[in-house]
Amino acid sequence: MEMIADAISWCLIVPGCFFLVTGALGLLRMPDVYTRMHAASVIETLGATLLVLGLIVQAGLTLVALKLVFVLALLFFFGPVASHALAQAALHADVKPVLAEDRRSRNLDSGPTGLAGSKEEPSP
Amino acid sequence: MRTLVLAIALAAFWLALSGHYTPFLLSIGILCVLITVLVAQRMSIVDKEGQPIELFAAAPAYWLWLFIEIAKSAWSVSLIILDPRLPISPTFTRVRASQKTAAGMATYANSITLTPGTITTGVTGDVFDVHALVKAGADDLEAGGMDRRICQFEGTATPTSERKA
Amino acid sequence: MFYVATGAVLAALMLAVIRAIRGPTVFDRVLASNTIGTLAILLLASYGFLTDRPEFLDIGLTYGLLNLIGTFAVLKFFRHGDLAHDIAEDQEKSRWK
Repeated sequence: MEMIADAISWCLIVPGCFFLVTGALGLLRMPDVYTRMHAASVIETLGATLLVLGLIVQAGLTLVALKLVFVLALLFFFGPVASHALAQAALHADVKPVLAEDRRSRNLDSGPTGLAGSKEEPSP
Repeated sequence: MRTLVLAIALAAFWLALSGHYTPFLLSIGILCVLITVLVAQRMSIVDKEGQPIELFAAAPAYWLWLFIEIAKSAWSVSLIILDPRLPISPTFTRVRASQKTAAGMATYANSITLTPGTITTGVTGDVFDVHALVKAGADDLEAGGMDRRICQFEGTATPTSERKA
Repeated sequence: MFYVATGAVLAALMLAVIRAIRGPTVFDRVLASNTIGTLAILLLASYGFLTDRPEFLDIGLTYGLLNLIGTFAVLKFFRHGDLAHDIAEDQEKSRWK
C-alpha cells in the first residue's frame, strides 16, 4: 500500500517538477511581457497541480490533504484574476505586444466595438 | 437558502483549518461565521452572482474537463518553450461570450486565462479580448468549443448572442 | 521524493528571480514576483513535508492571499500613482472638463 502511494506520488511529482522548471525557463526565454504570462501560467496551473496532487497522495485522508486542496483552490481562483489584472495594466500602460497577427478588429456579427480593457471583469 | 449555504461553508472552512476543537475556539468560530454572514448580507453580495449554488452540482465534471484542457495546452506550451527556435506567433483576437449570467462569463474568462497559451486581457460587454501565444490557440477559441462547454455547464445549452450587456 | 520537489521549486525560483532582476518593464517584474509567490507556496508545502511539519501549509495559504493583494496593490500603484484611487472620481472629473 505504502509502495503504491509512493509510486503514484513519484508519477505526479516528477512531471510537476518538469513543468515548473519548463515554465520558469519560458519566463526567461519569451520576448515580451504578454508571452511571458503564458509561460508563468504553465507553472501556476499544471506544475502546481501535479506537485500538490503528489503531496496529497502522500498525506492521505487527513486535514493536511484538505489544506493542500485549499492551496489548489486558491491558485485556481486567484491566479487568473491576477494575470488578468496584470495584462490589463500592461495594456493600459501602452506596453506594445510583439504580434504576429492582430485580429482585434475582426468582425463579430454585430458586436459592440470598444477599447481593450475599458470595463472591469466580474470577480468570481 | 443562499445565506444558509454560506454559513455552512464558512463553518466547515473554520473547522477544517483550525484543527483544534476546544469549546473556546469553537465559540469564537461561531461568532466569526455570524459576523461574516451579517457583513455579507449588509453588503448584499449573497446573491446569484456571489453564491452561484446552481452551478455547484455541475462543477466537478466541468473542472475535470477543464483540467484535461489545461494539461493538453500546458504540454503544447512546454514544447514551444523547449524548442530552440521558439516557434511563437502571438495573436490578439476577440471572442464573443454567449453565457447569460455574470458567473458564467467570469467562468469563461477565467477558464481562458487558466489555459496556458491564452489570456483574457479585457472584457467589453460580452466581448473578450484574448491574447494567444500561437495562432492555433486563437483559432481554437474562435471556433467556440470552450464557449459551448461553459454554456452547457451554466445550463443554457443553446448559445445565443442576445445577451443583454 | 520531497528532495526532488524542493530542488525543482528552488531551480524554478532562481530562474524567476533572474527574470525579476532583468526587467525590462515593471510588469515583467510584477509577473516574476507573482510567479515567485506561487513558487514560494509550493516550496513551503514541499518543505513542510520534507521536515515532517505540515503546519507550513498554513503559512503557504496566508502567503498566497498576501501575494494576490500585493500584486494588485503594486499594479494599482503603477496604473494610477496612488493606492486610494477612485475610478468614479476620475469619471466625475472628466465630465466637468
